[in-house]
Amino acid sequence: MAETSPTPSPTPSQTPSQTPLTKTAVPAVDEQSRVEKAAREATPSANPLSRLLDSAAARNLGLVAVLVLLGIVGVSTADTFLTRSNLLTILTSASVIGVITVGVTMVIIGGGIDLSVGKVMALASVWSTTVATQSYGPVVMVFCALAVGAGCGLVNGLLIAYGRVVPFIVTLAMLISAQGLAEQISGRRSQIVTDPTIAAIANTRLLGIPLLVYIFAAAVAVGWVVLNRTTFGRRTFAIGGNPEAARLAGLDVRRHTVALYVVSGLCCGIAAIMISSLTTTGSSTHGTLYELDAIAAVIIGGTLLTGGRGTLIGSILGVLVFTTITNLFVLNNLATEVQNIAKGAIIVAAVLIQSRARRSSFSTG
Amino acid sequence: MSSSPLPDLGRRSVLLGALGLGAGAALSACTSNTPAAPAGSVAAPTAGASTAAGPAVTIGFSAPAADHGWIAAIANNAKAQAAQYSDVTFEAVNPTNDITQQIAAVETLINKKVNALVLLPNDGSQLTSTGRKAMAAGIPVINLDRIFDTPLAYRTWIGGDNYGMGVSAGTYVGEQLKAKGVANPIIGEIAGIDSLPLTQARSKGFADALASYGFAVGPRQAADFTAQGGQRVAANLLQAAPKLDALWNHDDDQGIGVLAAINQAGRNEFFMVGGAGSANAMRDIKADNTVLKATVTYSPTMASSAIALARLVAQDKGMSDLVEKEVPTSITLNSATITKENVDTYLPLGFES
Repeated sequence: MAETSPTPSPTPSQTPSQTPLTKTAVPAVDEQSRVEKAAREATPSANPLSRLLDSAAARNLGLVAVLVLLGIVGVSTADTFLTRSNLLTILTSASVIGVITVGVTMVIIGGGIDLSVGKVMALASVWSTTVATQSYGPVVMVFCALAVGAGCGLVNGLLIAYGRVVPFIVTLAMLISAQGLAEQISGRRSQIVTDPTIAAIANTRLLGIPLLVYIFAAAVAVGWVVLNRTTFGRRTFAIGGNPEAARLAGLDVRRHTVALYVVSGLCCGIAAIMISSLTTTGSSTHGTLYELDAIAAVIIGGTLLTGGRGTLIGSILGVLVFTTITNLFVLNNLATEVQNIAKGAIIVAAVLIQSRARRSSFSTG
Repeated sequence: MSSSPLPDLGRRSVLLGALGLGAGAALSACTSNTPAAPAGSVAAPTAGASTAAGPAVTIGFSAPAADHGWIAAIANNAKAQAAQYSDVTFEAVNPTNDITQQIAAVETLINKKVNALVLLPNDGSQLTSTGRKAMAAGIPVINLDRIFDTPLAYRTWIGGDNYGMGVSAGTYVGEQLKAKGVANPIIGEIAGIDSLPLTQARSKGFADALASYGFAVGPRQAADFTAQGGQRVAANLLQAAPKLDALWNHDDDQGIGVLAAINQAGRNEFFMVGGAGSANAMRDIKADNTVLKATVTYSPTMASSAIALARLVAQDKGMSDLVEKEVPTSITLNSATITKENVDTYLPLGFES
């Protein structure tokens, strides 16, 4: 990420410190956090922190309004829309892509992009449902999915942070090769999940709510706490906002970048177990175009594609908007083509509204 | 992440590294995928007059890369059938989903002057001129399933009957509902990819057959031939229809996801009919413990038959059970309805999804 920084190096005298892996003196911790905070607040508006929170909340309110609007359309066009089982169906449909979106949101806030998520999930689902893996039982299957996901994320992160290749290229290459490997391992067949424990995950309900929805909620909760209440989260915002400043402040930008991609990969691993249970198969066809669905949700959720600013809640609302649209179209027995047009229109509208909001905050601030 | 990262980094990274190595070793053991039972690849029995050994021939074969159990079965069946003949050399080019690569691959086969070509194009229209080129070079083309634009591009076409598949499914659904005496039944349909002509033909056949019983399709949605798509669409469709009487799902591969969604929703008030005839679906029908009660075939055994036809054409032989001295120019497979009663007959032909 360091070389794609939009800000030029402040002074030439600082370039020598770019030698890789030199463990030079680390500034005091309070100095670090001061810079982290400053970098996070380096937003265009005048009264940064409160303005940022306001606008983020406002954007989320906008998405809530869209959801309510979709709900009104749903209630008035389909009498089954507001039933408990339909709402749970929407949440369950959102759970897999939702977990992935948690990871993608963190990567994008950290100034990166992860195009490989869908096929990393497919690879993890295939790897964890081979005949050999299934013979070891559910614990090994889960471990396998998580390890494959995290491993792919690690490769992505190392190539981006230390190999200095653009994230777009690295993760695109990962998408292609993960798909290839998934096809090779599975022999391009759908691998049936025979393990009863894994197969039961999607059928299990606690207090009437599917287990998958709890996993989804837990992933969002952990992601929110990490992003908003930990040093790791503050550093993510700092590095995404201005990697050069973060580096000069003594943050290990590269190590942090690797960590972000590992988190994204781990989310894919969790999602792989979920989709394997939901479809009772591991398949190389899982997760096709999930990267675009996740990125679209992140964008309409108000996260800047250039990093440094964004909210996880916005992304999750974005996921729910898209899932609800799908549900509405099926409930009304409409063709999927129209649904894709509607999705595209919503993305453009959301981004237009956001850029307008930002411009007005420039002029008034 | 700890806020003071450096002091114990050395030990930690060694531990992490060891963990990584261990995980890597454990993972690589997990890619073994030998199924408990051998995958079903189907070859026709070699007995009868037209199977007597003739002059040695080379048969070229090109098909899309498998992204689906059905296509995988096509390639496996073609190979297995060719291996049955001592007089056939089987020359398969690398499967690809890129039309230009497939054209290039077929042209290398033409240049090698193979004695016959079996072609399952990615897209019939786009490979038509290549088929004509082969025919012009004196190489008979057996066009498998996805038909070329003109008969000039093939010697013989063999393929499935998509319209007939819909008719078989519609007839089974109609008969069952009539026998149960259901008035105004709610019949759902989960199609494959809607933009494909084959999907449109299947749906038309289904609607036409149902119409002859005075029934019509209710909720209808298209998935994408994948288990994931089937699950997603079925989960929502079940919400759209709180009560169903019957459901036709076009494809058994995506049917895995459809069945999963039905189980997750705890629904069993209706029966479901599949499509294509995968071994997995047949096992479910045989076990009779899901809503899947029947499937209509679109069998990849057609690839085995195509190789057999290519051999006969290349050797200037006819089909021994017919009177004609030559192989017909067009063969359309029948779409059989597989139920619990006859599943044992078809199980050996089922393909692993």
